[in-house]
Amino acid sequence: MKIVVLVKQVPDSGAERNLRSDDNTVDRGSANNVINEMDEYAIEEALSIQEKHGGEVVVLTMGPSGATESIRKALSMGPDSAVHVADDALHGSCAVATSKVLAAAIGQLDADLIICGAESTDGRVQVMPHMIAERLGIAALTGARKLTVDGSTLTIERQTEEGYEVVTASTPAVVSVWDTINEPRYPSFKGIMAAKKKPLETKSLADLGVDASEVGFDGATSTVVEHSKRPPRQAGNKVADSGDGGVQLVQYLSSEKFV
Amino acid sequence: MADRVAPLDLIDVDALHSEEELQVRDVVRRLVADKVRPYVADWYERGEVPVRELAKDLGKTGLLGMHLTGYGCAGASAVAYGLACLELEAADSGLRSLVSVQGSLAMYAIWRYGSEEQKQQWLPAMAAGDAIGCFGLTEPDHGSDPASMTTRARRDGDDWILTGVKMWITNAPVADVAVVWARTDDGINGFVVPMDTPGVTANTIKHKLSLRASMTGELVLDGVRLPADALLPAARGLKAPLSCLTEARYGIVWGALGAARDCLHTAIDYATSRVQFGRPIAGFQLTQAKLADAALELQKGYLLALHLGRRAELGLLRPEQVSVGKLNNVREALAIARQCRTILGANGISAEYPVMRHAANLETVLTYEGTSEIHQLVVGQQLTGLAAFAS
Ligand SMILES: Cc1cc2nc3c(=O)[nH]c(=O)nc-3n(C[C@H](O)[C@H](O)[C@H](O)COP(=O)(O)OP(=O)(O)OC[C@H]3O[C@@H](n4cnc5c(N)ncnc54)[C@H](O)[C@@H]3O)c2cc1C
Ligand SMILES: Cc1cc2nc3c(=O)[nH]c(=O)nc-3n(C[C@H](O)[C@H](O)[C@H](O)COP(=O)(O)OP(=O)(O)OC[C@H]3O[C@@H](n4cnc5c(N)ncnc54)[C@H](O)[C@@H]3O)c2cc1C
Repeated sequence: MKIVVLVKQVPDSGAERNLRSDDNTVDRGSANNVINEMDEYAIEEALSIQEKHGGEVVVLTMGPSGATESIRKALSMGPDSAVHVADDALHGSCAVATSKVLAAAIGQLDADLIICGAESTDGRVQVMPHMIAERLGIAALTGARKLTVDGSTLTIERQTEEGYEVVTASTPAVVSVWDTINEPRYPSFKGIMAAKKKPLETKSLADLGVDASEVGFDGATSTVVEHSKRPPRQAGNKVADSGDGGVQLVQYLSSEKFV
Repeated sequence: MADRVAPLDLIDVDALHSEEELQVRDVVRRLVADKVRPYVADWYERGEVPVRELAKDLGKTGLLGMHLTGYGCAGASAVAYGLACLELEAADSGLRSLVSVQGSLAMYAIWRYGSEEQKQQWLPAMAAGDAIGCFGLTEPDHGSDPASMTTRARRDGDDWILTGVKMWITNAPVADVAVVWARTDDGINGFVVPMDTPGVTANTIKHKLSLRASMTGELVLDGVRLPADALLPAARGLKAPLSCLTEARYGIVWGALGAARDCLHTAIDYATSRVQFGRPIAGFQLTQAKLADAALELQKGYLLALHLGRRAELGLLRPEQVSVGKLNNVREALAIARQCRTILGANGISAEYPVMRHAANLETVLTYEGTSEIHQLVVGQQLTGLAAFAS
């Protein structure tokens, strides 16, 4: 089985992150750039399927040249090779364009299974698996908390707010995963050293047969026109207990969907 | 308030490392944050460590015998190994000791001096953390002067009979195999001793006030019969165990800095939030002088460790140079830990904070792998050409 894992490099969500003031895109220059957290779970899932069923795991990333650092880190966990789609014309791409590029790259890889995170921590649009599956004309099994592979049959437990749904499809298919699905491994030292020597192919838009006008700012179907910092936190609400303090607290918690 | 700079970022030491070295460091940092830091204060208090479980996690990552090649070992560089030791000891010196003894003492002895069969039998299992090793050199009556050891191995036909007592042996109570040094008619020799051999007993040393998150034992060898092939064929004389100690000591040069860094981070966090006389105690000049001096020593020690590491990578590191590093870095780490403890006031003696634990651990680190006095004598001999170990 050939598995392609989609890995996006994002600014560390645990540190200070900004959008650029000139073109409203993510400021990668000042950020600590890391692998999108959910994608580590996607890598782990691909590797454990490979351990059980054999085959090959390929990492696919679209991103600027600096994304190679994250690709090497992904490879140090164990995948066999990587494809990096990098092209200056991609800057400013919307989700629709991103899916076009990723789908074109997957098309050249002849994959049986595509695994990705359920959402990225920067864009957070949660549409990539659906869009890619649509473009490739294959099934999308999204939001998995469990994935079983039985020959060419894939079964997931889709995590929902109330519980889960069992959904099946046959390969080829796209599966997106939540962080409940597994516990990602640490890269091993051998993996770290081997990662340097693993094949990493860089592809341009021309290599994929995608026209530059369909992507980037030129091809964007939506544009971030303005952004501002979240206002500083307001002082909290004080609940004065005049006999109904408990009720007020529960009402607040339930209105915020904590309970 | 202006942004704070981490002590080791003051002079940007990261710029001296390769991407791969930093990646190794990050993996160890993460492993330690997940699997050790939340529990270590409790292990320390109870004087018990889940060594077997930990060894599996350490083995999976490649930390056990990481600087050795082949037999399931990672084959990492000396500097990567040093960085790993630093991150381990930033959690606890006991954890670093577990890794040092396994990789640099027990595994290294077999890797360097063992037969092909011994290597095949033990190294892959030890690298994976499935087998735990210990290293028995010190005896109750012979510490700094191992040349006068009394543990004996005599021949009986083809077999060897081992008799004696080894003391202060890290990992002994949980080990599967011991590398034991004993006197034979040929001088000092090494033996690979499975711990389940009849006549081998390991007694746990209790009531330690230092290195409590590490298992230490007494190893009693009572007429232990071993086959001829238990001998480490390539180990001749005291030089062999001493070469193992040089390996482990090199890890300590880095490791001690980890303990010091953790103390300094803790002290800075504490001092910037603790308010007395209406201001954070970090705002007092006396506190800042302590912090600045500690940060300076930490960085000097780091540059020294890195220099030794780069020499090791070129195959040019000499044992007395490791003595320079061990003497300086452990002594300074202990001074930093004690100074940081004062900054935490009463909280400084609490297990809620790691500082006192590090300070207590570093008392062991100052003594084992050659006491600070012995390393002064090593350096002194280099400077004067005169050996002052014995009259
Ligand atoms: C603040 C902000 C707002 C945005 N708003 C919009 C908007 O309103 N409309 C719009 O069309 N675009 C928007 N974008 C752009 C969009 O986020 C990017 O095009 C992005 O590459 C794709 O969306 P996502 O990462 O959010 O995908 P998601 O669907 O959230 O990501 C799911 C998974 O897809 C995979 N994946 C996503 N991107 C890549 C990649 N480049 N390479 C490899 N794998 C990848 C990863 O496995 C990831 O876990 C915005 C971006 C930002 C930073
Ligand atoms: C927690 C712990 C774990 C240990 N783990 C191991 C292990 O795994 N394997 C192992 O073999 N050993 C181990 N050791 C033993 C350790 O290496 C010895 O304790 C150390 O070598 C010192 O020996 P000693 O304790 O007998 O002290 P001694 O040699 O008796 O020294 C006592 C004091 O006299 C000083 N002194 C001795 N000779 C001289 C001299 N010529 N000139 C000036 N001063 C001198 C010393 O510096 C010291 O201050 C461990 C020790 C501890 C505490």
